[in-house]
Amino acid sequence: MTYSPEVRERLERDAKEIIGRYPKTRSALLPLLHLVQSEDGHVSDDGQEFCAEMLGLSKAEVVGVATFYTMYKRKPAGDYHVGVCINALCAVMGGDQIWEELSEHAGIGHEETTADGKVSLERLECNAACDFAPVMMVNWEFFDNQTPESAKQLVDDLRDGKDVRPTRGPKKLCTFKEASRVLAGLPDDLAGDGPSAAGPSLEGLKVAKANGWKAPEA
Amino acid sequence: MSTTLTPVLTANWDQANSFTLAGYGEYEAAKKALGMDPDAVIQAVKDSGLRGRGGAGFPTGMKWGFIPQGDGKPHYLVVNADESEPGTCKDIPLMMANPHSLVEGVIITAYAIRANHAFIYVRGEVLHVIRRLHAAVREAYEKGYLGTDILGSGYDLELVVHSGAGAYICGEETALLDSLEGFRGQPRLKPPFPAVAGLYASPTVVNNVESVASVPSIVTNGADWFAGMGTEKSKGFGIFSLSGHVTRPGQYEAPLGITLRELLDMAGGIREGHEIKFWTPGGSSTPIFTDEHLDVPLDFESVGAKGSMLGTRALQIFDETTCVVRTVLRWTEFYAHESCGKCTPCREGTYWLKQVLKRLEKGQGTEEDLSTITDIADNILGRSFCALGDGATSPIHSSVKYFRDEYLKHFEVGGCPFDAKKSTLWGDQ
Repeated sequence: MTYSPEVRERLERDAKEIIGRYPKTRSALLPLLHLVQSEDGHVSDDGQEFCAEMLGLSKAEVVGVATFYTMYKRKPAGDYHVGVCINALCAVMGGDQIWEELSEHAGIGHEETTADGKVSLERLECNAACDFAPVMMVNWEFFDNQTPESAKQLVDDLRDGKDVRPTRGPKKLCTFKEASRVLAGLPDDLAGDGPSAAGPSLEGLKVAKANGWKAPEA
Repeated sequence: MSTTLTPVLTANWDQANSFTLAGYGEYEAAKKALGMDPDAVIQAVKDSGLRGRGGAGFPTGMKWGFIPQGDGKPHYLVVNADESEPGTCKDIPLMMANPHSLVEGVIITAYAIRANHAFIYVRGEVLHVIRRLHAAVREAYEKGYLGTDILGSGYDLELVVHSGAGAYICGEETALLDSLEGFRGQPRLKPPFPAVAGLYASPTVVNNVESVASVPSIVTNGADWFAGMGTEKSKGFGIFSLSGHVTRPGQYEAPLGITLRELLDMAGGIREGHEIKFWTPGGSSTPIFTDEHLDVPLDFESVGAKGSMLGTRALQIFDETTCVVRTVLRWTEFYAHESCGKCTPCREGTYWLKQVLKRLEKGQGTEEDLSTITDIADNILGRSFCALGDGATSPIHSSVKYFRDEYLKHFEVGGCPFDAKKSTLWGDQ
């Protein structure tokens, strides 16, 4: 299957905008792989062909890059790609138990997708939110301080099409494809949603304010 | 007098609009810098004593000074926003809440090194942070802080937010550059260093987010103000990230040289009814410490003198319910997963470490396996292009040093002597 002329034209327009930002065209390869993922839900054969054509590379060169990075999926991810951090600290704080219970509950394992195509699961490495452990991500939005119960509820809600809200993020979760478009460098208008910071991010500042501590005057 | 917190980069995080230009304010520091000679800006940062906040602690101003001037080549600034070291969680909330401090820092830094093109290479797995960066950059363009003839100074700068795609190794500066050029993210042999042959083989500065974001405060308040905080050789403030078995984990911005004991006092101590067992001063690649290190000043020199590294001030705290062997296994699995495969000692060594540790954790090993893992670690350390392999050996060597008996206990009882449930967030319920 190849892209229809309409899709192809739209992708080319987006790709050219992205390529134009870089002094050398090949730098646009990672964004373009995100872009094709926003169309297909994974880095499809057609998508890689498209990247190669746009950048004057061989398809082998594109595949060589795409296979290096874990965010590029070799087969379609679910509409909601759910990650559970199982790096040491989150694992110890409960990430291991969350993974076991959630994986059993959803009936899928690492990098597998439910039959309805709604949810895929991934065992994540550290996602830089350790003060919120145990951490989960859905389509790369933060779901902080999870428990096995909250994790299972989250996946049930996603499969039932209920509104789900990240802890620190937009009011409404976007799909995996929509998220991939932002990653390609074509942002949506949701940056203003959600708090500046929340929970643990503010603990130090709270202590400083309670004690009247400030950085010295210049 | 005990050390107090010094919020600078975190000071506005509790404001609802801190991530917008309206909430951040005018770029006064950039305006001031654009009126200075670029070399004077470099000198100010040298005088401040700012050292890289990404882990290595290299003097920032000196790094800028290595960029050859008048060489006729384009220069580049690349911000390393690929925060992925286990335990490290400071740059992500910083860019979420205060992205303009980074964008303003980029303008000043790029001006100082005479770069007209800058990139923020941000890890891809943090969607809302990426939105905030794009929005901040767009606002800066609209206000005339980026683009051509910035604020009538005649200086031009383009800034691109570039999302990575899931690879810890891209936090290594030369792997990051390869990735930004559209290749697999694999480290380059140094020299040549990026200052000579970096992005597109041109002179390039690669700086951590927090380093660059600290620059506007130095330009505004002066080098002496910054150098007045911290210790003699580790000057200024930094964000300390407490995570794990702590009553109030979170981000605590303090002068370098504060101790974990002081930070724990502020954070309500270890979770109730428990005591500290081991901790990392600066992420999983820094050798672990124990309760005997609570009073070590958290600066580059003092932590180094005690056999670890300050790293990224990622203080992962584990209490007595935690199995060291299990924790080290999980870190080792991480390094094996993230090794880029370029250098044999790291690629093969992390894989074998993982195999042996799995056996150890199940209680199926022997004391000889302890010699095997330290021997493998010795054969990784210093034998690969980049520091990933070195980092993988830190938990191995330090855990065997401090907790040899706990490894042995696993063989004695034929399994893990700990109840993993007790160390969870809900373990006491």
